[in-house]
Amino acid sequence: MSEGQIKKFMYVNRKAPHGTIYALESLEVVLIAAAFDQDVSLAFMDDGVYQLKKGWNTKGIEVKSFQPTYRALDDYDINKLYVEKEALEARGLTEEDMCVPVEVLSRAEIGKLMETQDVVLSF
Amino acid sequence: MLHIVNKSPLDRNSLDTCLATAQPGGALLLIEDGVYAATNGNAAAGKLKQAMGQMKVYALKPDLEARGMADRVLEGVNLVDYGGFVDLVTEHATCQSWL
Amino acid sequence: MKIGILINEGPYTHQATDSAYLFARAAIEKGHEVSRVFFYHDGVNNSTRLTEPPQDDRHIVNRWAKLAQEHGIDLVVCVAAALRRGIKDENLAPGFRISGLGQLIEAGIQADRLVTFGD
Repeated sequence: MSEGQIKKFMYVNRKAPHGTIYALESLEVVLIAAAFDQDVSLAFMDDGVYQLKKGWNTKGIEVKSFQPTYRALDDYDINKLYVEKEALEARGLTEEDMCVPVEVLSRAEIGKLMETQDVVLSF
Repeated sequence: MLHIVNKSPLDRNSLDTCLATAQPGGALLLIEDGVYAATNGNAAAGKLKQAMGQMKVYALKPDLEARGMADRVLEGVNLVDYGGFVDLVTEHATCQSWL
Repeated sequence: MKIGILINEGPYTHQATDSAYLFARAAIEKGHEVSRVFFYHDGVNNSTRLTEPPQDDRHIVNRWAKLAQEHGIDLVVCVAAALRRGIKDENLAPGFRISGLGQLIEAGIQADRLVTFGD
């Protein structure tokens, strides 16, 4: 890896958890990214906001809950988590339903942040 | 920046979210099932026309042809081949695939 | 320009890997360098040597391997995603290598552009 090069990476999450593996495997990328000392932010849009809905109990579907990993992101200095306002509203959710501290932004505001990135990754 | 949409607008909300998020001055490239949005009579055609005031809209010609839709492309949509796709990627500093 | 590619879906079910291949080939024809293709999620299924499509169909796995060999593309398969899906060195097609997710981040850092193909 090139020393000292810091790029702005945004990870865009638009898929609900459990129904498909995208949420889990995207989170795995984010955790690895933390080790590279890049400028990392996460955007949760559309059904992606369901990833942060607190109170998962996955016992009944016999799948390991990876919700604690979202709460651990802060330990990796990943604390720029943006949640789409319109997505929350369309799903009957509020900021209080989120399992971690987030910044609620409109789609347009997320769009502006997206423009400032070097790399945008979407799964 | 370049926005890439590969989903039919009548199947998923990718195009809607993309258009609501994209900032003026960017470009939109429709590929795979995304190209259906760029055809006359599609329910999404109005949205796309409106978006053209803000951003340039492109569609991948081989994907339109493969779907038998190349003869009904919405006016104002620019058709590109894979080489044109590459040019769009290199001309814009970043790209986001709305999967 | 140096271009990296991320592929999130397997062969034949989704068009993603076909689009990525045609994009990569066009980029090379235009004089760009495709430095790395990273296979993630079901995209790891693009790398199994056990793939045997009907004779009149495109061979997606071999086609990637050939392009990579001719143009020095690094084809990297995510180890965690691969093991989950039964892809190991013993059934890995020539031209591909299994490695960690760090290779994806590195591609994002080193390449001028990173383009994602998926579902």
